[in-house]
Amino acid sequence: MKVRKGEIKVITGNAAAAYGAMLCRPDVVASYPVTPQTEVGEQLSRFHADGILDAEMVEVEGESSSMNITAAATLAGGRAFTATSSWGLMFMYDAMLQAAGFRAPVVMANANRETPGILAVSCGQQDMVSTRDSGWVLIVVENCQEILDSVIMAFRLAEDIEIQLPVMVNYDGFYLSYLAEAVEIPAREDVDQFLAPLKLQPERTKLVPERPLGCGTHGILVEFMELRYKHCAALERAKRKLDEIDQEFGEFFGRSYGGQIEEYRTEDAEIVVLASGSAAGTARMVIDTKRAEGLKVGLIKLRVFRPFPRERLTQALKGKKAIGVIDRSVCFGWNCGPIYMELRALSPDIGFVPMMSFIDGLANMDISIPHIERVIDEVYAASQGKSYQEVTWIPLEE
Amino acid sequence: MSQGGRLEDAMNEEVKVVTKQRVAGRPKLLVPQIAGFIYCPGCHEPLAARAIAEVLEKLGMGDRAIGVFDIGCNSFLLGMLDIDAVLTPHGRPPDMATGVKRVYPDNIVFTVQGDGGLLSIGADPLLGALTRAEKITIIMLNNAVYGTTGGQMAPTSLEGQVTTTTPNGRDLARTGFPTHAAEMIATFRGVAYSARGAFNTPKNYMRTRKYITSAFQKQMDNVGLSFVEIICACPENWRLSPIDSLKWIEEKMIPEFPLGEFKNVDRIE
Ligand SMILES: Cc1ncc(C[n+]2csc(CCOP(=O)(O)OP(=O)(O)O)c2C)c(N)n1
Ligand code: SF4
Ligand SMILES: [Mg+2]
Repeated sequence: MKVRKGEIKVITGNAAAAYGAMLCRPDVVASYPVTPQTEVGEQLSRFHADGILDAEMVEVEGESSSMNITAAATLAGGRAFTATSSWGLMFMYDAMLQAAGFRAPVVMANANRETPGILAVSCGQQDMVSTRDSGWVLIVVENCQEILDSVIMAFRLAEDIEIQLPVMVNYDGFYLSYLAEAVEIPAREDVDQFLAPLKLQPERTKLVPERPLGCGTHGILVEFMELRYKHCAALERAKRKLDEIDQEFGEFFGRSYGGQIEEYRTEDAEIVVLASGSAAGTARMVIDTKRAEGLKVGLIKLRVFRPFPRERLTQALKGKKAIGVIDRSVCFGWNCGPIYMELRALSPDIGFVPMMSFIDGLANMDISIPHIERVIDEVYAASQGKSYQEVTWIPLEE
Repeated sequence: MSQGGRLEDAMNEEVKVVTKQRVAGRPKLLVPQIAGFIYCPGCHEPLAARAIAEVLEKLGMGDRAIGVFDIGCNSFLLGMLDIDAVLTPHGRPPDMATGVKRVYPDNIVFTVQGDGGLLSIGADPLLGALTRAEKITIIMLNNAVYGTTGGQMAPTSLEGQVTTTTPNGRDLARTGFPTHAAEMIATFRGVAYSARGAFNTPKNYMRTRKYITSAFQKQMDNVGLSFVEIICACPENWRLSPIDSLKWIEEKMIPEFPLGEFKNVDRIE
């Protein structure tokens, strides 16, 4: 298949999210401003004003509205997009759960930011991890190009007849939302073609006036359980779909990201570091340096937090001597990072090797090269049988 | 402290030079901005802090007032007023003011909120407080945009107003019409007072200060909910100079949002 080339532009992560959404021709767009995501809505408004985006734009009064409006738009059979961050995400939480229960295929960009409680206008993944059990697909990306590409892939996943789930594309606020870098913007017709298989599938359940259908009615007893069961099953199916869509995207546009996880120099690695978001880019560099020094270390970039890529991670991590996880958020009540906590649950599958949690980068603290070097050094020491500290709050222990 | 003292001296000095006699000074409740002034040049929001401080001092309520502030540019008022204060999640001041007022029924509990914070994301707490006839004072700063987040369309944006979400100007056919808070709030039975002022001229500043006095007085007299809307310049997001912003208020804002009292009752029937 011929790889389709796009136009290179220097744009921010927020603009990349907006471009991705615009290229998918949504019918309804509704978002409410909140730092650091605001620019997504502004850029879409500009596309609309310039006649590039032919969508219903709704100037909503808050995130609860943006989520309910977009969810309802998908129930009516439309394609819908929204974007938010942090306080906004929390403010739409009931609507998010409702959208998930409806199996409404909304796609949402979320610029990761610390959550309410301590006012912090700064990056952190606490907002995303706080929605862990919402029933959404939670994708996490590393750079501006991946934001744009992932929004397009998110629509393919969300609207797939076997999936029908809302999908959130997460990217580090501030670090990526405001970072301008070169991004290849696919041609609209190519995106049309990439999304075309959605048109060929059987019609998804939706409101059709001549065929009455009750959405969100009472589910009681066994019906409730059955709906929950089906929801969980769809999330399981989403794992394989993520890999397949990513591969197809690669064949189409020449860029692919590994699906659920990206493995970097893990094959012969003895120790592995797990990271997500923009920190994965920094980690990749440090892995190269350490490799040059002769250390057999690899990186796994987690690309999806829900569903949790259990099978792929088990395969990639089996036989490794020690694993370190870098989290940009905390798991309240466990005193460790949330991704680390999830990985611990895989111990019986992977083998009981040393696993270490590193909490770093809260509230815009940099997950710096020295920090990641330190992570690797400590994980290596643990792999050599040295005693180790399970949880390290890196900036507090420098 | 020493810096604050110097600043105060400098302010008083200036007044002396110009007028030979002291006609104004910094109200005691207004905290000197030691770390630098946080508002954009020509912004009117800090004037709300000054007006509130002056009114509270005049009423002798400086040590009996509790301010509830919203997320938004007004949130910095929290650091400008030397009174107890709460900063709420966006749009929630009427709720939190209710909680405080129920514990301190004899104190003045007031909110300061933006037009976005009160009329869009905070419309439900507003409606709740209006319905309950909560005996609080709500002060809304109307700058016709979401200021903090960089000038998006607000429910108060004017027809044709260029904002970052209405790049070709607000199109009423697509987005609906500006919301008139003071008029709307006046229609609620549990409301004792509703007025709209502005800070664009010294005369309007004085008039607005009078509205705030009346609003606080209604609360002290336990009559009902009281409300003051204040038109404020946001030169930053209007993309106008501070001087042109004054003109814009005169020529565009006030014709859409007329100044005056819309309700003033001593008893709710
Ligand atoms: C739930 C939630 N959504 C969005 C935001 C982002 N936000 C912060 S301030 C603001 C707009 C404030 O506008 P306004 O109330 O008019 O105050 P101004 O800054 O204009 O004084 C918004 C949308 C937030 N803090 N919380
Ligand atoms: S953005 Fe507008 S409201 Fe906020 S400080 Fe600047 S001028 Fe004032
Ligand atoms: Mg405003």
